[in-house]
Amino acid sequence: MSQKNRLNKDKSSGFIDRDKTIHFNFNGEQFEGYQGDTLASALLANNQKLVARSFKYHRPRGIFTAGSEEPNALMHLRTGAYQEPNVRATVAELFEGLEARSQNHRGSLKHDLMAINDFLSPFLTAGFYYKTFMWPKAFWEKLYEPIIRQSAGLGELSGQEDPDKYDKGFLHCDILIIGAGPSGLAAALAAGQAGSRVILADEDFVMGGRLNNETYQVNGMHGAEWAKTTLAELASMDNVRLMKRTTVLGAYDHGIYSALERKTDHLASTDPVYKTKPRQVLWKIYSKRAILSAGSTERPIAFPNNDRPGIMQAGAVRTYANRYDVAAGQNVSIFTNNDDGWRTAQDLAAKGINIQAVIDSRDIQPVAEISGANIEMGAQVIDTQGRHALQSIQLSNGKTYDTDCLAVSGGWNPNVQLSCHHRGRPQWNKDILAFVPSGDGSGGLPPEMHIAGAANGDLDLSSALSSGHELAKSLSKELGNASKVGGCPKAESESIANSAFWFVKTDTKSRSWLDFQNDVTTKDIRLAQQEGFTAVEHVKRYTTLGMATDQGKTSNIPAMAVMADNEGKTIPEVGTTIFRPPYTPVSIAAYAGRSRGKEFRPTRLTPSHRWAKEQGAEFVEVGAWMRAQWFPKDGETHWRESVDREVTQTRNSVGICDVSTLGKIDIQGRDAGEFLNRVYCNTFSTLKVGMVRYGLMLREDGFAMDDGTTARLGEHHYLMTTTTANAVGVSRHLEFCRQCLWPDLDVHVISATEQYAQYSVAGPNARKLLQKIVDPEFDISNEAFPFMACGDITVCGGTAARLFRISFSGELAYEIAVPTRYGYSMMKTLMQAGEEFDAVIYGTEALSVMRIEKGHAAGNELTGQTTAHNLGMGRMVSKKKDSIGNMMSERPNLIKEDANRLVGFVPVDKSEKLSAGAHFIQKGKSAITENDEGWMSSVAFSPSLGHSIGIGFIKSGHQRMGEIVTASNPLLGKDVDVEIVSAHFVDPDGERLRV
Amino acid sequence: MIINHPLLGPRDASEFVYLGDACLMNRPAWVGERIEGEDANDAKTAEALQQYHDYVHLRQNNAGEHKELWYHEQGDRSWLVVTRNTITHEIYNVELAKDVALANKTARASQGGKK
Amino acid sequence: MRNSGFRYTGFRYSGFKVIKEALTGHKGWKPVWRTPEPKKEYDIIIIGGGGHGLATAHYLASRYNITNVAVLEKGWIGGGNVGRNTTIIRSNYLHPENQPFYELSMKLWEGLEQDLNYNAMVSQRGVLNLSHSDSQNDAYVRRGNSMIMSGADAQLLDQEGVRELYPFLDFDNARFPIKGGLLQKRGGTVRHDAVAWGYARGADSRGVDIIQNCEVTGFLIKDGKCTGVKTNKGDIGAKKVASCVAGSSSRVMSQAGMNLPIESHVLQAFVSEGLKPIIDGVITFGAGHFYISQSDKGGLVFGGDLDMYNSYAQRGNLPVVEDVCEIGMAILPAIGRAKLLRNWGGVMDMSMDGSPFIDRTHIKGLYFNGGWCYGGFKATPASGFCYAHLLATDTPHEVAKGFRLDRFQTGNVIDENGRGAQPNTH
Repeated sequence: MSQKNRLNKDKSSGFIDRDKTIHFNFNGEQFEGYQGDTLASALLANNQKLVARSFKYHRPRGIFTAGSEEPNALMHLRTGAYQEPNVRATVAELFEGLEARSQNHRGSLKHDLMAINDFLSPFLTAGFYYKTFMWPKAFWEKLYEPIIRQSAGLGELSGQEDPDKYDKGFLHCDILIIGAGPSGLAAALAAGQAGSRVILADEDFVMGGRLNNETYQVNGMHGAEWAKTTLAELASMDNVRLMKRTTVLGAYDHGIYSALERKTDHLASTDPVYKTKPRQVLWKIYSKRAILSAGSTERPIAFPNNDRPGIMQAGAVRTYANRYDVAAGQNVSIFTNNDDGWRTAQDLAAKGINIQAVIDSRDIQPVAEISGANIEMGAQVIDTQGRHALQSIQLSNGKTYDTDCLAVSGGWNPNVQLSCHHRGRPQWNKDILAFVPSGDGSGGLPPEMHIAGAANGDLDLSSALSSGHELAKSLSKELGNASKVGGCPKAESESIANSAFWFVKTDTKSRSWLDFQNDVTTKDIRLAQQEGFTAVEHVKRYTTLGMATDQGKTSNIPAMAVMADNEGKTIPEVGTTIFRPPYTPVSIAAYAGRSRGKEFRPTRLTPSHRWAKEQGAEFVEVGAWMRAQWFPKDGETHWRESVDREVTQTRNSVGICDVSTLGKIDIQGRDAGEFLNRVYCNTFSTLKVGMVRYGLMLREDGFAMDDGTTARLGEHHYLMTTTTANAVGVSRHLEFCRQCLWPDLDVHVISATEQYAQYSVAGPNARKLLQKIVDPEFDISNEAFPFMACGDITVCGGTAARLFRISFSGELAYEIAVPTRYGYSMMKTLMQAGEEFDAVIYGTEALSVMRIEKGHAAGNELTGQTTAHNLGMGRMVSKKKDSIGNMMSERPNLIKEDANRLVGFVPVDKSEKLSAGAHFIQKGKSAITENDEGWMSSVAFSPSLGHSIGIGFIKSGHQRMGEIVTASNPLLGKDVDVEIVSAHFVDPDGERLRV
Repeated sequence: MIINHPLLGPRDASEFVYLGDACLMNRPAWVGERIEGEDANDAKTAEALQQYHDYVHLRQNNAGEHKELWYHEQGDRSWLVVTRNTITHEIYNVELAKDVALANKTARASQGGKK
Repeated sequence: MRNSGFRYTGFRYSGFKVIKEALTGHKGWKPVWRTPEPKKEYDIIIIGGGGHGLATAHYLASRYNITNVAVLEKGWIGGGNVGRNTTIIRSNYLHPENQPFYELSMKLWEGLEQDLNYNAMVSQRGVLNLSHSDSQNDAYVRRGNSMIMSGADAQLLDQEGVRELYPFLDFDNARFPIKGGLLQKRGGTVRHDAVAWGYARGADSRGVDIIQNCEVTGFLIKDGKCTGVKTNKGDIGAKKVASCVAGSSSRVMSQAGMNLPIESHVLQAFVSEGLKPIIDGVITFGAGHFYISQSDKGGLVFGGDLDMYNSYAQRGNLPVVEDVCEIGMAILPAIGRAKLLRNWGGVMDMSMDGSPFIDRTHIKGLYFNGGWCYGGFKATPASGFCYAHLLATDTPHEVAKGFRLDRFQTGNVIDENGRGAQPNTH
């Protein structure tokens, strides 16, 4: 049966292209629709009433709305990795080959086994789970909870990586207009004409808002026609950007809005255009002013069994007829408490749809004449029948009507959500019986935001148009855009008279739904209040009201009315919950944009990265950097073999290591020496030009922050090095000291990390190797260029370079720096020059082994939790001068005698392997917190010594040399007896450095 | 958020790194050279320790107007003193921290002169 | 501990009771807590009806028999951070001042339902911290050992171990590859709102007055002694006044003239639409700040870093939303098509070393509990337990004796991540 509910072509609105038939599939069945349909309108056209199941009771659910507020018609869209759960059929555009599948049922949609929950509903009331499932204790996690988890949830993720691309962008404008309904269009036109830079965003794929759903006249033409004309005019303006399929999601500080544009969601994934575009774009819109013209949402009336498929918003039924050429039923009834509900009857009747009955809760004269319809004034719907779709309704006056669609209107709520994103509380407007955004000033409205049209409570068309027009005019003027603006669009003022009728009063047994998705009924509200959950937030949290995917867009206000009634309060006295971003749910991937996979964060490569790659290096992530860990040679099967070789060869002859990632900060000025005195705990002003000194930097709280060497290149010129990890933080810190603490010092600092490629050349043959490439006019003999010397040199026949005689490995060693662009060739040249010495390239692992052999602290020791005292460098903290952290490092607990001290450890049984992270316990004591005496921070296999070594912190370690303690590692189930030794395992007197 | 940089104009807050209350600019004066074991010195040291404790750790943490330090790390590396409301996030004023620090110094010097 | 058993003056919850009420129209359910007017004076006034305040009241009444107690709440109980967190519980700390405290908390969680006769859905489905480098692995070993030495459980997983638990993490294309992880199986989640309600019920049933919509506007302090509080419902006297208002600590304590080692920062949290089960336990990222779990209702609940600037706004800005979702996609590329439903912000007491305070103040009779950073939820039971101990005995509880206000003077700081006196980095 094809499109049984599609209206005749002569009744067409023009939004549906009858020449473009679209084939789609729902739950394995093939259907047809037209271009211009949503999945919902196409399903309704094909008389598919049952499309979903509710969350808790698995009640049959049909399409309830025609917009993004849909609580019911959620389904899986697409298949495979493209499968998206919880898609609202009411906003999903139909495309050729679309596949949709209902969700949250066991067995078929029609025969959902979980529907048994509905019969158990007396037991499954609000909060029932807090009162039970407690016995026996172990059963919660083993039995009850797994069952609950399996039956909860709605749609299903595919479990595969999202195959689509996403993007982000920035936009700037004078006025952001949110919603392209009547007030938004009027505002955009006026603002555009005034000369403001305008962005007009609308979530729909056709702009015009309710003008497209209604039969109103504007400026003497059909409203939809006026919208089309206006849009054409706006499109011709250079200062106006029209963004359809774009939902404004959140209002952030200082006029920044987030918005999601759906680029390809209306296309088949096989469509060629689909592949060329990102699926969605997250826009960050910077606006000077914003106009919220987001319209309003129709609210339901609560009455017994008001949740059956076929019971819909009256406005939605009208939309399906007027815009989509679809009759939501063959025999429609209307239940309203206001005049607007009658428009549905009138519009449907005009389309030739049979109106069974119009039921108005008000005991007044009928609002209109509806031919052939039973008019029931002062009556209420008190029950409904129909298992999978509505069949009949019962009225309070005893009458029963057969009907397959009940259009319900409980009045309209302004869409105030975005106005509350700064925690503004909406105000009750007693004329329209709804909340409207709080006024400017105290209410927490975003300062740049103004409200127009129905969103502001101007529910009739004429005032919606004029409020948008006037607001845009005055805001443009405020911004200095004062070109001539055309007249305000004119419309008849239609009647919006309504009444404070929210729910049908019933006995306690029947259930009237408030939140259709989460199955919250008037009974649940009553129970929550009975149990003392009277604050509106308590009711929400206890019953889950308004926590479904629609965030209470249709349910909140009727529920508040029920609460108010139970408590004898007014609705504003009950108060509101808080609207939070996003306005509608957004794919997590859209917020992530391009930052995925390897592009999750930027990657920094050293100047000679390519060279290392050519040598087959194993790389490792070190912060943002990629560093070579080791360089495996043919035949090496384990990383340890490579590392041992690199260490041994370096210690025996010469090794080269890329140390370009170390932070380099250039410091210049007449007060540079004084500045360094204040930022390092030790003294630098006395350092001779041409020499280097090790420096320890403290935080102001006295703990060690960073260490490194600083070279004095000239009278007023120093070059500081930092650890790789702290390069950025130290630079920031130095700028803080310079600008905020000592603005009168003549000193400037700038990061030079990326300006130089730097290589360590270490080992007994280091000098011999360097002498081959350092230009001969530079004497680098031990006498002329002793340990800790530095200077500007040239290499390879005139290339500028810097040489520092410093050593991390404990060998005779230098670091040579060349401008970044020479990094690759420098590396190559060094290795070529080193061939005759059997020079080796070594990575960060060998670097680490050699520094542990020398007992040097690194990242595992400089954790930000250790002091100079802990590190055995307490004497470096000069008390003769002011320096950052110098005072706080004297706090009693930080300098106590039995503080942890950094020392070395060797296993008593040399064949044992040590592990970092073990805790030290006195021998014979048990491994419990009270007996904890410290921890092993770094370990290595020392090829020089032929066994495992470690350094670590232990109480009074420096006074306990030779003591045997247990390095306890219950996590890995291993305890090792270790001897406390000096941390200087290799060449303790430092003779090799100085030769 | 948008910070109106005094030199560069409006910049997105994500270009900046936040430090905290601008009171961090008021670092206590150096206590002078300390020699262990001398009583007068210890009392002076204890007082200095208290001053530093308060400077490093205690905050008014005002709900409302708050002077605070932001660093334009992804920009010109200026430290700024931003006066911002911690309830509404409205920004009232933005100054170069160096200017503020120099002004404070001048103010302190002239106060000292009066004494 | 004088009384650890359940002694309820109202009626017990049970499966039988639920069935009986279902069959009789649920007419028998009574309010979970009463709505009393404040008395003139109490033995102890607790300021703040959040998780910690209500837990303190419950343990004062149930363990120390001190029931002449009022909990004063500015708004509705449980409306602060106990009602807006990511519901994670764990005891996986490094320092000896922290770990035994959090392990006590874990043990109290494990007995909570029986203690309170209220099902807060304590669910120990495991907390997994991913590691992405060798040094991170070393740090996890050190931490895991601290955990085990305090009596907690910990397991070190290699990459294969992680893959077995969560095969759909990004193992192949990650910018920061997953090398392994530290797993605490006893970690998990709890239904956060129910914690407040359960403690409220426990305290109320023993006679504690829970007074909502009662804002403290000042302290009654005379000669260095606190004798009560001023409120919008009038002055209320007390022998002891106990502040317990994390997020608002500075605001409340400034009324007693105190500056605290605390800044207020906003932390955002996120929940997706309901989904069929995909993530069983809690997963945290190690190369950035991110944690995620899936609630019993099906929503992915996740969070990340602070917004970084001082704020009392209870709302955040977009950069953190993007950062958090970027990390989510970096480790779980399969959640891309799950939709974010709601994101909100809470105000955190960020302390100078990232650790909390449970202590007396220099004003006699005035006590302080705060500085929980964003670790307060998991601490709820032990915080209440230890605060009750302090209030009842005037001595700090053994596992909370490090949480002193003067620790920055002595240097006994408890800095888990080594960032120093920089509150937004903890």
